[in-house]
Formats: sequence, C-alpha cells, structure tokens
Amino acid sequence: MIPVSVNRSEIETGIPAVDASGLPDYVSDAEFRESAARERREKLRMFLTNWQGLTGLILVTLFFASAIFAPWLAPYDPNALDVPSRLSGPSWEHPAGTDQLGRDTFSRILYGGRVALKIAAIGVSVALVVGLILGMIAGFGPRWLDNLLLLLFDTVRAFPTIVLALATVALTGPSLGMVLAIVIITSIPQYARVARTATLTLRNTDFILAERSLGASMSRTLLHHVMPNVVGPLLILAAMDVPVVVTVEAGLSFLGLGVLPPTASWGTILNEGYLVIRDAPWMVIAGGIPLILTTLGFTFLGEALRDIFDPRMGKGR
Amino acid sequence: MLYYLTKRLGLSAGVICLVVLVLFSLLHLIPGDPATIALGPRATPEAIARYAEKMHLDEPVWRQFLIYIGNAITGDLGLDVFSDRPVTAIIMERIGFTLALVFAGMGWAMLLGIPLGCLAAVKPNSWLDRVTGVLSVGTIAVPSFLVSIWALLIFAVHLRWLPAIGAGDPGDLGDQLTHLVLPAFAIGLSWVGYLARMVRASMLEVMGENYIRSARAFGLRPRRVIFGYALRVAILPTITLIGMGFGGLISSTVFAEIIFARPGIGKLIFDAVMARNFPIVQGAVLVATGLYILVVLMSDILIAWYDPRVRESL
Repeated sequence: MIPVSVNRSEIETGIPAVDASGLPDYVSDAEFRESAARERREKLRMFLTNWQGLTGLILVTLFFASAIFAPWLAPYDPNALDVPSRLSGPSWEHPAGTDQLGRDTFSRILYGGRVALKIAAIGVSVALVVGLILGMIAGFGPRWLDNLLLLLFDTVRAFPTIVLALATVALTGPSLGMVLAIVIITSIPQYARVARTATLTLRNTDFILAERSLGASMSRTLLHHVMPNVVGPLLILAAMDVPVVVTVEAGLSFLGLGVLPPTASWGTILNEGYLVIRDAPWMVIAGGIPLILTTLGFTFLGEALRDIFDPRMGKGR
Repeated sequence: MLYYLTKRLGLSAGVICLVVLVLFSLLHLIPGDPATIALGPRATPEAIARYAEKMHLDEPVWRQFLIYIGNAITGDLGLDVFSDRPVTAIIMERIGFTLALVFAGMGWAMLLGIPLGCLAAVKPNSWLDRVTGVLSVGTIAVPSFLVSIWALLIFAVHLRWLPAIGAGDPGDLGDQLTHLVLPAFAIGLSWVGYLARMVRASMLEVMGENYIRSARAFGLRPRRVIFGYALRVAILPTITLIGMGFGGLISSTVFAEIIFARPGIGKLIFDAVMARNFPIVQGAVLVATGLYILVVLMSDILIAWYDPRVRESL
C-alpha cells in the first residue's frame, strides 16, 4: 500500500498537488465551503436582478400551477356539452368562449395544460437521462463506438421532427404514447452531443486520469466523476427543450396525429378552432396564447440560467 | 480539403442508407401483412395477391430491401396505391411548390434578419438594438404553425387582403405570388429572430478582434470594415445555423402547406398518411429527408471551403 499522506509529485516538482475537486490542497475545508456559499449567494442575486429570468420563473410557475390545479381552477367540466350556447363569444360566463359543442374553451385550455405538462415532464426527463448515458459512452468509449453513435444521432436528426412523426403515425395510428416516443427519440441526440463534448474534454483531465490509474471501473468513473460535471449544461438544455416538446405535441395534436379528441389539449383546441375559424376566431386566439406564454417562460428561464452558470455556452446562440 | 470532403460525403451516405433502412423497416415492423394494410380490410384475396406480387412482397425481406434500394437509386420509388402512377412523378409535380415556399420564406428572413443583427451589433444598446432584441425573442417564442393560423385569421379571414388557401392559378404568376405571401411570412418569421440574434452575437465577438481594429486604424471606411471584414467572418456560424435549422424549416413548411392547403410535399405526405397510402409516404419522406441531408452537407462544405480551421477538425 502506498502511504497516502506523502505526496511524491509535490516533493519532486514543488507544485502544490491537486485533488479531485481541482483545487490546490492548501485551501482548507472551511474556506472552501465559505467561498462556495458566497458564490451561491452571488448567483442568486444575479438571478433575482435579471428581469428575463424572473419573468421566466413567473410564467413557468404559472404553467405548473395551472396544470396541476386545473380541476379546481376550471369553471366547467372540460367535456361538458352545452349545445344551446355553442360557438358563443367571450363573456363573463365563458371567458374564452365556447366551441362547436358548447364546451367551455377556458376550462379546456386549463386541462390542455395537463397534457402539455405530462408530455414535457416525461419526455424531457427520459430524453435527458438516455442522452446523458449515450453521450458519456460515446465520449469515453472506444473510437468505433463513438463513430457509430454519432452516425445514429445524425440519422435521427436527419428526419425533420414532423416528417418522422407523420411517417410513424401513418403506421401505428395516433396516440399519446406515440407523441411521447417521437419527442424522446428526436430530443436524445442534442443531449447526447452536449454530454459527449463535455465528456471528451474531461477525459484527459488530471483527476479523471488519476481515478483511472487508481483502478476505478469505467462505470464508477462515469457515474461519480464525469456525470456531476456534465449534468449542469444538460439541465439548462432541458429548460430550453420544454418549449420544443410542448410545441411538437400541440402541432401533432393540431394535425389530428397526437392526443385524440375529446381529450382537451392545446393542439386539439387549435384544430377544432381552425375548422370554425370564420365563425369563432376566439378559439384559435385563446388556444395559442398559453403555448406562447409557456415557450416564452421556459426560454427566458433557460437563457437566464445559462448566462449565470455558463456564460461561455451562450455565446453561440 | 479532399480528405474532409471524402469523410463528410461518407458520413452523409451512411446517414442516407440508415434513413432508407428505417423507412423500409417501418413498413415491416408493424404487425400485419403489408398488402392487407395498404389495400384495407375489404380487399379481395386476389387483389391482395396481385398487389403482393407487384410490390415483391412474396420475396424474402432482405431481397425486398435490395430491390427497394436498387429502384430508389434509379429514381423509381414505386407506384401510388390508388392511381397506379409512379410516385416519383407525383413528387416531382409537387416539389416545386415546396421549394418556392422554402426559398421565399428563408429569403425574406435573411434579407431582414442579417442586416438587423449587423446594425444591432454595430451600435449596441441603441434603440435599434433594443427593438431587435425584443423582436427576436418575440418571433422565436411563437411556434410557426401558430403564426400560420393567426396570419390566416388576420390577413385572409378578417382583413381579406390575401387569399387563404391554395397555390393560385397555374398560369397566373401574380396570383401565385399573392398565394405565396402568407405561408412564406409564416415560416420566415421566427427565422428573422434567429438570424438577427445569431448575427448580432457573432458580430459583437468579431468586432472586438485585433484585425478589425487594425482595419479601422488604417482608415478604411466603417461600412467597408463592417460588411467587407467583420461580416465575412461573423456569417460563418450563421451558415451552420441555417443548415442545421433546415429540418425545422421543413417541419414548419409541412404545417404551412396543410394550413394554407398548398399542394406541396408536406401536404402530399399528410394526405397520404391520412389515406394510408404507404408508397407515397415512403417516397415523399425519403425525398424530404434527402433534401435536408443535402442542405446540411452543402452548408458544411461551404464552411470548410471558407474556413480552413474547420477542415482540420474533423
């Protein structure tokens, strides 16, 4: 056994040794903790003074709250028919009017948010986890595996999302599960690419090499040392990905290829509104607004987080 | 450069092969006999047998795949289930509408977005910069199919300025152009925002470089420095963005064609999906995907030719 307390390289080179955290070891634990806390306070202050980030946070909270509490907030049952007052315009009883079956559009929008939330939560988290794993394998594994995975990612990305969805739905028929599968498959490559690039740069850093030379297994190195450094940018990417996922769901449901009627979704509301666009324009107007607010909210939040935590990443876009 | 070209072309060829494989296996992955699915439950056994023979469905799967690839290379994408016409011919008569829409949409977005981004970067924090910032966030946040619906509602249904549906009279160029305006507006709008942001960000970076300062110090006119020196370099990431974003552009084109009932490739795919007309779906999706791969390839080669640093990296 090599005595751990003696650090050979330090004696020989005179350069302070560097431990796994990347900090010179003369920083004491207490000092380190204090500087970390200071940095955290500074970032929180940056976030609270960033109007884009705050607006984003409010809109995102609104999205979550309205979806979760829809059964208590909605004035009507989203599927309750009221044929006599069909296609009536906005009024006190029906803030966003009614559709061709007399259903209350406002209640349907609230319930539609639940579909959007479900797709966004499941789709984004599954895509993130799978993309993270595949990306780390591509970045850390042998060269041929990396090339193979890159080819796969490029193939998936070669299909425009809607075209892929059309081709799949042609064969399987529309369903919520199908929408989820398409959303997940088309989002995996972008997570995987970011994870791969980050892993590649980590691969030859001293602390990973040290871990490897101590005999740590591949899975241990990836899970305990690579992943914590890769997952941050992916979370920011996830916030930016939510609008894409929600839009794909709405778009497919609009085409009648996603959520099936009578389930309320922002896409089906737009679809039904499109058919009566001459008589009841309020349906396509009201159906589109939550889509825009959600997109704005997550984009603002994602960009604010990116600017604060990873200023270099945002330079490109 | 030659090495880069070979490698890049190889990658694209591999992707195309995989795309064909995916499209082909989609038809065979689903449960049930392809002939019965294509002809519907009420088809007679004789009709099914005839169809199976015509489409080589009685051969082993791997031979069917080779036959499909061989035919696709020679431009034969099979026959339409209903009219028995060649799929290639049907796609050819539709693709013009799609290309016109894509070029018009991208064209106006570039003509507006790139100069906006440039001017915003030259005078940061001016009113023009602020307006551009708000405009780009606003246009990016609205999904393109919603722009299509709302544009239809405002300009065609409410104001009645422009026609709502169709592609116009085949012989009448003016009529075709007025039918092009709304869809092109809808698919280009979010690109104005993307392009302006992208150009602004890369211009700001480039304007801080030493060689720009030198060019200024030599007394070159500002306009020449901005457009002749800075934009030349700052445009590179934008070319990549356009290439990569082409897939999204195709998606929004599909929506615009369906919403405005414009007879392009997207509408063709959609109608074929609804009618479960698989040869058309397969062929048209292959063409749309191939188009995308071609554009990405072109933008990559363009950049490699333009910027030697990229050539070395692959």
